[in-house]
Amino acid sequence: MEQKQVMVEVRDVTMNFNLASEKVDNIKEYFIRKIKGQLQIQKFVALDHVSLDIYKGDVFGIVGLNGAGKSTLLKVVSGILAPSEGSVAIHGSIAPLIELGAGFDMDLTARENVFLNGTVLGHNPAFLRSKYDEIIDFAELQNFQDVPIKNFSSGMLARLAFSIATMVTPDILIVDEILSVGDFLFQAKCEDRINHMLESGTTVIMVSHSIEQIQRMCNRVVWLDHGHLKMIGNMAEVCEAYKSFEG
Amino acid sequence: MNKTLAVFMKYRFLLMNLVSRDIKVKYRRSVLGMLWSVLNPLLMMLVMTAVFSRFFRFAIPNFPVYYLSASLLWNFFSESTSVSMSAITGNAALIKKVYIPKYIFPLQKVLSSCVNMGFSCIALIFILLVTQTPVTITVTLFPLCFAYLIMFSLGISLMLSAAVVYFSDIEHLYGVVLTAWMYFTPIFYPASILGDLQWILNINPMYHFVNYFRNILMYNTLPTLQENIVCLLLGVVSLLLGCLVFKKLQRNFILHI
Repeated sequence: MEQKQVMVEVRDVTMNFNLASEKVDNIKEYFIRKIKGQLQIQKFVALDHVSLDIYKGDVFGIVGLNGAGKSTLLKVVSGILAPSEGSVAIHGSIAPLIELGAGFDMDLTARENVFLNGTVLGHNPAFLRSKYDEIIDFAELQNFQDVPIKNFSSGMLARLAFSIATMVTPDILIVDEILSVGDFLFQAKCEDRINHMLESGTTVIMVSHSIEQIQRMCNRVVWLDHGHLKMIGNMAEVCEAYKSFEG
Repeated sequence: MNKTLAVFMKYRFLLMNLVSRDIKVKYRRSVLGMLWSVLNPLLMMLVMTAVFSRFFRFAIPNFPVYYLSASLLWNFFSESTSVSMSAITGNAALIKKVYIPKYIFPLQKVLSSCVNMGFSCIALIFILLVTQTPVTITVTLFPLCFAYLIMFSLGISLMLSAAVVYFSDIEHLYGVVLTAWMYFTPIFYPASILGDLQWILNINPMYHFVNYFRNILMYNTLPTLQENIVCLLLGVVSLLLGCLVFKKLQRNFILHI
């Protein structure tokens, strides 16, 4: 078998959070505590020396219970969080679908938000204009283009956000729990689009609590447990182990 | 370095979008719209002229221009730095969810303030015409003066926006600092009244910018090489320091916002 191209290299990544019960966020407090020697840091390890490779064309699933570090891992990979230790190397363009609609301004209309959110994702306005109709069509919002999005339902928002985020075919697509929004028709449409991207060689990293969805879409899966990498391998093995653990 | 530039080029549209949103939001709900930006400094100038040229009787020829030229620079500085201060904390929702180079936000606020300064310049030109102040070729040096000041303000803004993430009470402290700073800058009084305290002016960066601007605008003199070097150094040092502090602190922003 030919050597697969590595798209994401996660090397020995540790992510610590400070869970101090009392947050010291002002100078006065800081100095008083410093003098008293009470400047405690309560460390919480969200990821503990996790290493993994994701290859081109993978649909890579991340499973685990709440608080296992799934979302933290996605954020580290997408560059939002800088790891406390270790390194992450990304080879290619990346489209993060983490918490859809980050960067939406609720007071602006759908049309204005396409351009705002598009530029947040690093696209240029000329490109956005050329893709605009396609975005609105896919989101099925033809009749709501000039409505401020604060009047949108959460399903409409999710559709718009998904449509903007997936208008380009990125090398790596990161999907966090978002396919659970919208009605089943739209969900099917999202999966269609992701499958279409897969055909053109996109690598997908996804988190889902729905083990069925992971089973249906992924080929490789990692199982995280309290920040540790518990198991990594092909979908069938890991899902089997995960399910029997749960059950 | 090249990578930083490439990232900036990718996000420059976002920067433009954010700045234009700032301007739109600021003027959307007022009847006079953009006119306010011109009217505001004019009205302030009327008040100050009434108060200071009548009651205090400082011997300042052409007080309206004297005041407006300095307040233009001061307002830019105080507005850009105090608004930038919450640039990171205010965009927490976005920073937590998407990767964006974080310096975009303080930079956005400084650029928005630049636009406002542009409007104030209209007020200044209006007053120059009304008072029939003779303006000579020296005034064409104004982009240089503004560039020094913008670099200086951007540096301070970067430092403040990063520091506030860790210590939120800086916001209150800075308000006090700004007030004191304003009174030690000869905006509406002649520099000579400080007497023994002249040294304060020398260590006050804003004084150098204000002085520079008045020289080219009102007194039609060419700034000396030394004055240029001082202003340039103030700008460059502040900007470099700001970048360093910001770069060092930005790593852990997300854990604190």
